[in-house]
Amino acid sequence: MSTQLTTPTDRNSAEELARSKGEPEWLVKLRGEAAELAGELAWPKPEKVRIERWNLTAVGSYAKPAPAASLAELPEDIASLVAEGTENLVVQRNSGAIWRGLSPELAAQGVIFTDLETACTEHGELVQQYLFQAVKKDEDKLTALHAAIWNGGVFLYVPKNVEVELPLQAVLYNDAEAASFAPHILIVAESNSRVTYVDCVVTDKAAVSSPFVHPSVVEVFAKSGSLVRFGSIHSLGSAGVDMTFRRAVVENDARVEWIIGDLNDGNTLSDTKSIMKGQGSTSDVKVISVGNNAQQMSLTTQAVHFGKSSDSNMITRAVMKDSASAIINGITKIEHGATKANGVQTEKVLMLSPKARGDANPILLIDEDDVTAGHAASVGQVNPEQVYYLRSRGISKQDAERLIIYGFLAPVVSEISVEAVRTQLQQLLERKLEG
Amino acid sequence: MATHFVIDGLKAEIEGKEILKGINLEIKGGEIHAIMGPNGTGKSTLASALMGHPKYEVTEGTATMDGEDLLEMEVDERARAGLFLAMQYPSEIPGVTNSDFLRSAINARREEGSEISLIRFIRQMEGKMKELEMNPEFAHRYLNEGFSGGEKKRNEILQMMLLDPKIVVLDEIDSGLDIDALRIVANGVNAMRSEDRGFLIITHYQRLLNYITPDFVHVMMQGRIVKSGGPELAQRLENEGYDWVKEELGIVDETVGQS
Repeated sequence: MSTQLTTPTDRNSAEELARSKGEPEWLVKLRGEAAELAGELAWPKPEKVRIERWNLTAVGSYAKPAPAASLAELPEDIASLVAEGTENLVVQRNSGAIWRGLSPELAAQGVIFTDLETACTEHGELVQQYLFQAVKKDEDKLTALHAAIWNGGVFLYVPKNVEVELPLQAVLYNDAEAASFAPHILIVAESNSRVTYVDCVVTDKAAVSSPFVHPSVVEVFAKSGSLVRFGSIHSLGSAGVDMTFRRAVVENDARVEWIIGDLNDGNTLSDTKSIMKGQGSTSDVKVISVGNNAQQMSLTTQAVHFGKSSDSNMITRAVMKDSASAIINGITKIEHGATKANGVQTEKVLMLSPKARGDANPILLIDEDDVTAGHAASVGQVNPEQVYYLRSRGISKQDAERLIIYGFLAPVVSEISVEAVRTQLQQLLERKLEG
Repeated sequence: MATHFVIDGLKAEIEGKEILKGINLEIKGGEIHAIMGPNGTGKSTLASALMGHPKYEVTEGTATMDGEDLLEMEVDERARAGLFLAMQYPSEIPGVTNSDFLRSAINARREEGSEISLIRFIRQMEGKMKELEMNPEFAHRYLNEGFSGGEKKRNEILQMMLLDPKIVVLDEIDSGLDIDALRIVANGVNAMRSEDRGFLIITHYQRLLNYITPDFVHVMMQGRIVKSGGPELAQRLENEGYDWVKEELGIVDETVGQS
């Protein structure tokens, strides 16, 4: 059974859908307001990419998910993404969660790990404090649309002083283009806690060929002294548009580490931002991407420093094939008063085709004198001297180029501390680079 | 069949400038040949042209390995046919570990499905690294990245040892080496001397030849081999320099293609 959401920007239908799903009244209201805003606000305007030319209307309709009785029901390609033997797993298929699991040990420590829809019902007060606080629903049409229609999603809450050793994992996939697929990930790490969360956002490519849009938001709240490691790999189908905003609010001495693999086959708007509110807060962002065919991408990393002695590092590396184009922005902003802050960023693009395009735009905005900041950007091709050197050892031209390309991405890939993510990323990278 | 490598009438140019003006040389398995000469006489061009560096164009001549013309082959085919060039300036390849690279190079010589086992590879690599007194850590470093000049040269010799080539060309392997490193590199080369393998050592100093005794010494000037002899020729060049050769042959400017 599915409930139709014909006009996603319509207040009444947004509220009606929310009520029919049994959502709490505060959320019904939020969705209604957001739907109205979505009708009024404009799309975000990333540098040099005209996203309004993308097919942004195919957001689909809500399709009520059928819970999976076991993980064996997952399609093979999807199942292969699940870390072996993991208990701590949320799976979203199209418009909602079909699987949620948390080990009794973690549950006993007060950890909450479930889909966000369930959390809104079961932990409404807690969720309400954070939902749409880092990314506001009224920022632009995308955030408003997302707030009106978001579904499934993940809620991860780690209580004070709790250190979660194992990575918690989510797999979010779509296999029906008519179904809306708009997960919202909300992570709250209380003081001095530690957690690693990894997800894969993928399309079952055999099942989806018509246009769809994946409007998604990630919010991370890292309280003082906490450490949040967030790893995410996106591999959505060529007919899809991925629009994902990720944002972290980092308190005193807390640290957020982002590892993002933007490996979609379709157009992509990816924006990952750390707001370093607290003194001594730190952030590390690593993004890798491979573009092929006529794909267009806007990849942005941002670090905003408010806290004294805050520190940020951002690295983006992209390989562009065919006639793909990527605009890569790195924005380091140091606010007045953020003395002793340090912000460093690097953007590197490797072009594999004369028709590919890659722009690296490092931007430093600094309103404080007593800081350090640095940036490096480069766009280049595979160096023929390197290819010659490898070939002179008997390695074929194709393998030589392959080694150089993987080598280009390796400094990011090898840094990924979660083995399951590293392996998955390598698999998906190979699929995309060899394909 | 013993290795038989013949360079016949080799001419090559770079950016339209002829550098090699007809090189003739024959190397049999078991022999060590040294090519000496001042800078700018075409020695390194010979090495690069044989390997197939994209900047050099061969305009005439052949270089046959056991009857097969290497110059007709792609760079990687030449290597698989048994040619090895230890380069004067090895490339740095970020992100590719030395061991991944070496394993790819070894496997490029093997049929699909009969790749070298990881354990066997590691044992071989570690053994050779020990012979070359290399820090084991270099296996996991990115290829040549941040290596000192001497470390790069040792790494070239390591590759030679693991790839077991038929003809080895050493291009200025001694430049930038201190005396200890020179001894280690020379020991590596001497350990590889065999009836099946020929060496062509390019150098402008005689000091390497104190450690590796050549069977033949050739002097290169103006893009040609102008004089050949035995080890005593290297000794005389060391003692007297190149001026007597120039006088004897009536050469004023020994360089080639310099503008």
